[in-house]
Amino acid sequence: MDNLTQQFCTFHVDNLFLGIAVQQVQEVFRFQQMTRVPLAPGAVRGLINLRGQIVTAIDLRTRLGLPDRPADRAPMNVVVRTDDGAITLLVDEIGDVQEVHADTFERPPETLKGALRSLILGTYKLPDCLLLVLDTNQAVQLTAA
Amino acid sequence: MEIADKELIAEFVVESQEGLANVERQMLAIEAAGAQVDIDQVNAVFRTMHSIKGAAGFLGLEQIGNLAHRLEELLNHMRNRDVVATSEMVTTMLSAADCIKDLLDAVDSSNEADISGHLQQLGTFLPESGNSNSAPPQTPAVAPAVIATEFSADSPNNEPIALTDAVREFLIECYENLEQMDRDLLALEQDPNSTQLLRGIFRTMHTIKGGAGFLGLSGLEQLAHSAENLLGKLRDSALTLTPEITSALLEAVDVCNAGLQAVEHPAAASDFQPGPVIERLNRSITAKPQGDLSPRSPAPFKPAPTAPLTQPVKTESAPAGATLAPATATPASADAATDKLQDTTIRVDVALLDKLMTRVGELVLARNQILQRTSGLEDVEFVRTAQRLNLITTELQEGVMKTRMQPIGNVWAKFPRVVRDLSAQLGKQIRIEMDGKETELDKTIVEAIKDPLTHLVRNSIDHGIETPAARRAAGKSEEGCLTLRAYHEGGQVNIEITDDGAGLNIDRIRKKALEKGLITAEQASRLSEREAAQLILLPGFSTAEQVTSVSGRGVGMDVVKTNIEKIGGTLDLQTRPGQGTTIKIKIPLTLAIIPALIVTCDGDRYAIPQVSLLELVRLEGEQAARGIETVHGTPVYRLRGKLLPLVYLSEHLRLRSASAQSAEENAAINIVVLRADDRQFGLVVDKVNDTEEIVVKPLGKQLKSVAEYAGATIMGDGDVALILDVKGLAVASGLGHEIRERTVAAEDKTTVEAGGRKETLLIVDVGDARGFALPTSMVARLEKISRSAVELANGREVIQYRGDILPLVRLSDVVGGSPVVANDAEMQVIVYDELGQRFGLIVERIVDITEAELNFAIDQGADHYLLGTTVVQQRVKDVLNLRNLARFDRAAGPGLLCN
Repeated sequence: MDNLTQQFCTFHVDNLFLGIAVQQVQEVFRFQQMTRVPLAPGAVRGLINLRGQIVTAIDLRTRLGLPDRPADRAPMNVVVRTDDGAITLLVDEIGDVQEVHADTFERPPETLKGALRSLILGTYKLPDCLLLVLDTNQAVQLTAA
Repeated sequence: MEIADKELIAEFVVESQEGLANVERQMLAIEAAGAQVDIDQVNAVFRTMHSIKGAAGFLGLEQIGNLAHRLEELLNHMRNRDVVATSEMVTTMLSAADCIKDLLDAVDSSNEADISGHLQQLGTFLPESGNSNSAPPQTPAVAPAVIATEFSADSPNNEPIALTDAVREFLIECYENLEQMDRDLLALEQDPNSTQLLRGIFRTMHTIKGGAGFLGLSGLEQLAHSAENLLGKLRDSALTLTPEITSALLEAVDVCNAGLQAVEHPAAASDFQPGPVIERLNRSITAKPQGDLSPRSPAPFKPAPTAPLTQPVKTESAPAGATLAPATATPASADAATDKLQDTTIRVDVALLDKLMTRVGELVLARNQILQRTSGLEDVEFVRTAQRLNLITTELQEGVMKTRMQPIGNVWAKFPRVVRDLSAQLGKQIRIEMDGKETELDKTIVEAIKDPLTHLVRNSIDHGIETPAARRAAGKSEEGCLTLRAYHEGGQVNIEITDDGAGLNIDRIRKKALEKGLITAEQASRLSEREAAQLILLPGFSTAEQVTSVSGRGVGMDVVKTNIEKIGGTLDLQTRPGQGTTIKIKIPLTLAIIPALIVTCDGDRYAIPQVSLLELVRLEGEQAARGIETVHGTPVYRLRGKLLPLVYLSEHLRLRSASAQSAEENAAINIVVLRADDRQFGLVVDKVNDTEEIVVKPLGKQLKSVAEYAGATIMGDGDVALILDVKGLAVASGLGHEIRERTVAAEDKTTVEAGGRKETLLIVDVGDARGFALPTSMVARLEKISRSAVELANGREVIQYRGDILPLVRLSDVVGGSPVVANDAEMQVIVYDELGQRFGLIVERIVDITEAELNFAIDQGADHYLLGTTVVQQRVKDVLNLRNLARFDRAAGPGLLCN
């Protein structure tokens, strides 16, 4: 691996295929019981006890303006490190760790609309699909609901 | 400058600053004592100055050394009772000490500083004879033989020295120094040309000599002196280090150690025999470098004499004792060495303690989880283990919390100086008294209250206590007294700052608040004294006639209040005209782990900090159905006759509506009565669980904007629970607005009511067909009193009510007409308590509580006992102005008010 390749932790949210640089990911785990936070911004699903640390859970579906997850599908947790400590992102399904080359990177298409536009750093063109790179620092910025 | 020197200097600065911090207090004590000065106190200051002078000399910090020297000189005269400390002298000395502090802060440039002013000023206090160049008590180089014979008079049969703090400090310092010296001597042997090592050793010996001198330990002093002489010769290259000299010095170290221990444990005094060592040291000085050992070959590879030196000297091994001093080591003294003071304290980085605290917090959580899982388990062994874990965790938590505890005296220590300086500046005479200095608080809290407390103390001096002339005129002693008191109470710390000054000038406060536009004229006239006093807590308030340099810039009490509240504390203010003011602060012991009430709402648990909790009310069955009334859609509960606004937690958190709730559970209603500022409200929750110690964890920034939460915690079962922010909750539910207005002034409700707003009315009657209404906002309480409780005072009916006398007014007397004489033993009394006025209105009956818009068909003047007449429930009612009824005089006849 040279310094032009990078590893991404990938996951699915609705029909999107997203990735976060592995260095930013602390851990990944299955759905865990959480405590809801009334009055919190909509994307905040609750608080999780992660080995004694209290971590805010943000649902990426809500954050990206996508329809709610079907009730029978339990989300997965992707814990990311941010400037303000750990935050867990709720996603539909975890994918493989993908190794990508800088050559295949492209800025997000100009025509991309919606919440996604401000949260995507760009795309990697994989052989059979596009990997969208999530801007985690933006994703955890929430304004009051 | 060499690195090592830099380190030395840094160490010197820290040590000196520590020493100087005590000097202030000591100097003030010296000043207070005047001619009856306690020589110990003077010695303590002297010693500090002496150390500074000595060290500054070695480090080449001339100016610091000079100033310390001049102070030392003056102190020496004081010690010899040549001069008596005057206020002026102490002021000069303190300012010189301050100057040293400043020089220490900028130690690199200290030599360029101009200190001639200080020197000259200090010089004026010196007696004529010693004015010029009186050297510090340099012991002249005494002939060794003299010392050797003299010391024997100083057998350890002397009076044992009392182990005061100063002595303890000295001992600890010496132990540390001696240990260092041990190592240094050994290093010196390997590297005999290191002047740096020599200097260090010399300095230590010098300090010990000085200290021993002041404590009257002449044996130790002579020993140190001889060692110092020897070291001086080495330093000046008049002698070369030989193993024999090293041995002699090491032995001196050992014997010094023994001497110190003799001070600590007088029983071991007989172990201290300095005679032989002194002789040996003196022999080394006089002995020409001749004979068996060549001076140029210091025999670094441990020939016979050095063998014992490689052993840790502290243990005073038998060979050392045998070859060097006849009477050093016995097993008993070796034991005593293990509990030397030095071994009982260590310095720890606060960051480490913080980390420990966090870990303990997590341990507490884990413990809670384990305990929860053991309930109902059959495994006796496991349950027992869990119990032990529980116990140990609790103890550990307490222990770690204790390590972070600091006595409040640490903050208070600087106040005597503040009081002294300010009162001198203001021409006042003020004495400060402190009670409960040892009361302990978490370090973070100690830090947080430092500034607010200083502000309050300055305020009391500036505004509180009068000038001597004013005090004399008021018939008080000229000297004012400022009392600081601290004590633990119910898991909190109370701090009181009391002055015996003039008290707050309520009229002036009213006037100022009016001028500054903080309240309206209407409000000002209605404010009770107590309410008016609270005005000084408002932003932008200051009553000082002149802006003084001390205080009076108008940024004061509100900041203090905010800062105290920030750490979960409260501030209360009581004042009595002519007698003084007391400010009472209540603060939690620690911020990390707090007791909290756990409640359930819509299936989730929430923690409410116990600090805000007043009481719990549970309404069942009939009560639950009828206990809660509404004022224009706002639910209220009558708590002992007083209306308590209610907030439904589930509704407020938008979990579900209150109506849905009351429909689904006709069972019980739980009201948690909370306090936010000085306002109360009831929080309606589904279930009240229990109180628990919780660990406060901050919320992520995504949730910072939600005012209702103060943080989160992890419960025993591992679930996360939110901690409610009571104040935030009150503000968010609209009570906050009211809270603020309440503190500013009792809002002028009368005018607002007249504006046609809906108002809750109490319908009462006087026994005939007429009914009267009065706004509940004017009602403090509803009481039933026994007719027999009514007494007469000065022609008026009164009752004893809550430890006070409550005048009574009969509504029937006011409105005229003859009441039906009821036979009930009890009467219905409506208590009015606002704006400093209190009375009870006797009515025949309370008919109803209802809501109505106050559109007065007939509007009475502001001075009438009626606000006006309106239509309530399709009936015409006169609406009473309770406020004016207070002035009703029965003798004057119905309907008339006196002014």
